[in-house]
Amino acid sequence: MKFAFSAEMEVFRDEVRAFIREKLSPETRCRVEEGRRLDKADYVQWYRALHAKGWITPGWPKEHGGTGWTALQRYIFEEEIALGAAPPVTAGINMIGPVLIAFGTEEQKRKYLPAMRQGDLWWAQGFSEPGSGSDLASLATRAVLDGDAYVVNGTKIWQTQAHYAEMMFALVRTRPDVKPQEGISMMLIDMKSPGLSIHHIKTIDGGQELYQCFFDNVRVPVANLVGEDGKGWSYAKFLLGFERHGIAGIGLAKRQLNRLKRLAASETSDGRPLIEKPRFRDRIATLEIELLALEYTSIRLLQEGEGKGPGVESSLLKIKGTELRQEIFEMLSEVVGPYIIPYDNDVVRSGWGQGEPVGPDYAATLASNYLDSRKISIYGGANEIQRNVLAKSILGL
Amino acid sequence: MDFILNEEQAILKGSVARFSADLRAAMDKKAVTAADRWGRYADMGLLGLPFDEDFGGFGGGGVETMIVAEEMGRHLLTDPYIPVVAVAGRLLADHCSEEQKAYLLPRVADGSLIVVPAFGEPKSRYSLSRVATTAVPSKDGFVLDGRKAVVLSGAEADLLLVTARLSGEAGDEDGIGVFLVSGDLPGVTRRPVLTVDGREAAEIVLDGVRVDKTATLGNLGQGGAIARRAEEFGVAALAGEAVGAMSAVFDMTVEYLQTRRQFGVPIGKFQALQHRVVDMRVALELARSIAAGAAIAADLDNAQERRRIISAAKVQVCRSGRYIGQQAIQLHGAMGMTDEYGAGRYFKRLLVLSSLYGDADHHLERFVSASQYGEGGALVA
Repeated sequence: MKFAFSAEMEVFRDEVRAFIREKLSPETRCRVEEGRRLDKADYVQWYRALHAKGWITPGWPKEHGGTGWTALQRYIFEEEIALGAAPPVTAGINMIGPVLIAFGTEEQKRKYLPAMRQGDLWWAQGFSEPGSGSDLASLATRAVLDGDAYVVNGTKIWQTQAHYAEMMFALVRTRPDVKPQEGISMMLIDMKSPGLSIHHIKTIDGGQELYQCFFDNVRVPVANLVGEDGKGWSYAKFLLGFERHGIAGIGLAKRQLNRLKRLAASETSDGRPLIEKPRFRDRIATLEIELLALEYTSIRLLQEGEGKGPGVESSLLKIKGTELRQEIFEMLSEVVGPYIIPYDNDVVRSGWGQGEPVGPDYAATLASNYLDSRKISIYGGANEIQRNVLAKSILGL
Repeated sequence: MDFILNEEQAILKGSVARFSADLRAAMDKKAVTAADRWGRYADMGLLGLPFDEDFGGFGGGGVETMIVAEEMGRHLLTDPYIPVVAVAGRLLADHCSEEQKAYLLPRVADGSLIVVPAFGEPKSRYSLSRVATTAVPSKDGFVLDGRKAVVLSGAEADLLLVTARLSGEAGDEDGIGVFLVSGDLPGVTRRPVLTVDGREAAEIVLDGVRVDKTATLGNLGQGGAIARRAEEFGVAALAGEAVGAMSAVFDMTVEYLQTRRQFGVPIGKFQALQHRVVDMRVALELARSIAAGAAIAADLDNAQERRRIISAAKVQVCRSGRYIGQQAIQLHGAMGMTDEYGAGRYFKRLLVLSSLYGDADHHLERFVSASQYGEGGALVA
C-alpha cells in the first residue's frame, strides 16, 4: 500500500491534463464549468481533438483503435476529462462500439467504426419505451421480417440528443411467442428512415436534450441486424455491463465540490464568507469526506479487480456516486440564497452576454443544474434496480 | 494510491487472522487468562510492531497496525492492543532517549511491561491540550497533581504516559510534558471501571506524585504535539478495528437474512430489507477504503495531509459504524436486542470506537482546519 500513484501514472496524468488544457476550446470549457448547455459544435471540436490524439476510444480493443491502457489509466483519463471540464464521450462510443466489435458483421464494423472514431457518427439509444423502463424485457416495439427487411412499429423514449444522431441502436421484439428476453433483437436504424419521426421532451430543468421517436412501418435492412435474431437481450447486457471505470463520477463530483467551495467563499452571510458559517461549512466537509471515501473505494475496487471483468461493484459505485453528486448539487442550489429563484432559460443556454446579470452571474445555472441532477439516480438503471442487483449478489436469494 | 497489500503484509494478514480466530475460540471456552492472552501477542511478535528489530520489533507502520487491528475487531478481542502498541508504543519509539529505549522497548515487546496513554481528563473531552494536571519541578524531578479520565486498561498497566502542564493555562498548546508514571507510585490512585464493551478502564487520581527527572519523554513542553501525533496512529488503527467489527456484524446480518424465515420465506426475500443490506454494504466499503487510506497516511511526514485524511477516516468510520450497527440490530429483530447474540457485542464495540480518541464532530472540526476552509477553501486535490 502506498499513498501516491506510481511516478509513471503521475506522468500519464500530467500528459492528459496538458492535452486537455491545450486542445479543449476555452468556450466549451467555460460552458461546462458554468453548467451551461452544450451545442453539437462543442462536442465535435473536442472529439476531433481526441481522435487526432488517438484517445477517442480508450475502451476498445487495441486492434480497433483502443489505447491499450490499464484500468487505472482509464480511470485517471476519465477523471481528468471530468476535472478539466471537457464534454463526456458519447453513448455510441462507449456502448454500441464494443458491441459491434464483439458481435457485428465485418461490413458493420467497416461501415461504422471508423466514422465513430472520427467523432462523425452519432448514435441514439433505443432501449426504453413508455411502458418499459426498469422492466426493459417487456418492450413492445415490434419488428416483422418482410423479404430483405424488418418492418418496425412502436416507439422509443428518453433518447439523449437524438436530434444529433445519424443512427440508432435499438432493441425490438422479433419473436412474440417466446420468453420475453429471448424474443428481443438488436438492430441499427438509420434516423432518416421513412416513417421514423422524433419529438423532443422538455425536462424540468428547461433542457431539450431528450427525445421520443415513433416508428411507423420503418423498414430496416436485414443487414442491420446485430449478431443473431433473438440475442438482443444478451448484447444489451454486455453493453450495459461494459467496463465503466469511472462510474462513480469522482472527477465530476470533485469539480462540482470545488465549484461549491469557490462559490461559498465568495458568497457572504452576516458579512462573513458563507464557507465560514459552521452549519454550511460542516455540511460541505461531510460531503468532502464521503467523496474521499468513495474515491478511495473506486480505486481500491479497480485495483482489486484488475484482470477480472466488471462486477457488481459498479452498482455500488453508481448508487453512492450519484447520490453524493446529487447532494452536492443540492448544496449548490442553496449557495446563492434567494438568487436561486430567478430563472431564464436563454441565460442557462447562452449566458448573460452583454446583459446585466440578475444577482451574481454564476447563479443563473444553479437551479437548472440542480433540477437536472435529479436524473442521475434514475438513468443507467435506477438506483433501486442497482440495489436489487447488489442485494442479489450479497444474499444470493 | 495503491491499496494492494505487499507480500509481507498479505502474510501478516493471514497469520493474524488465524491468531485472532484461535484466541477468540480460546476466550469463548474461557481457557485463557489476560496474562496468557498478552503472552500470545508477544509470542507472535505483535507487541513490538512499531519498534526496530534491535528492540524486539519489526518496524511496522500504519498499514501493519491496521492489519492487526482489523482482525482484532473482527474477532472482538478485548486486549488493549491499540492503546499499548499503536499509541504508547508509537510514542515510545519516536520519543524515548537511547537509555529509555534500551530499557522500555524490549520489555513492551516481550509483554512484561504494559504501558498505556493517560491523556484525557474529566474536563478535557477530546482535547489533548486542555490539560489541567500539573507538573511542578522539584529537587530531583517533578511533582504531579491532577486527574486522568477513561484510561483504557489503566488499572492493570505497569506504566502510564501522563500529560501534565508545566506552564500556561489549560488549553494552551505549549507547556505540556509527557511523563512516565509507574502505576504503583505513592499518590497514584486508580479506580477500575468496566467499559460498555466489557473491557476495563480506570479513573486515575495523581496526588503529589513524585517522578524522577529521567521520567520525561521527548521535548519537555511539546507534550501536546507528541500526544497528538501518537493519538493519530491510534485513530488510524481503530479505524481498522472498526472496519473489522463492521465487516463481521455485516456478515452475521447477511447470514441471518438468509436463514431466518417468516411468512414462509427467508426474510432476505423482502425488498425493504434487501435495500437496507445494500446500504450497509456501501457504508462498509466506504469505511474500509478510507480506513486503509488513513493507515497509509499515518506514516506521512506532511502533517496537514496526514491529519486531514486520518480525521476524515474517523468521521466516516463513526458514521458507517453507527449505521451498520444500528441496522444490524434492527434486521435481527428482537434477537438483536439479546445479550447472548453477537450483534449487540459488535454494536457496543463500535460505540466505544466511535468515542475513543475523538468522536465524529471532533474530527470533522479537525478535518476542516486541516483543509483550510477558512482561507478561501482549499480545493479538492
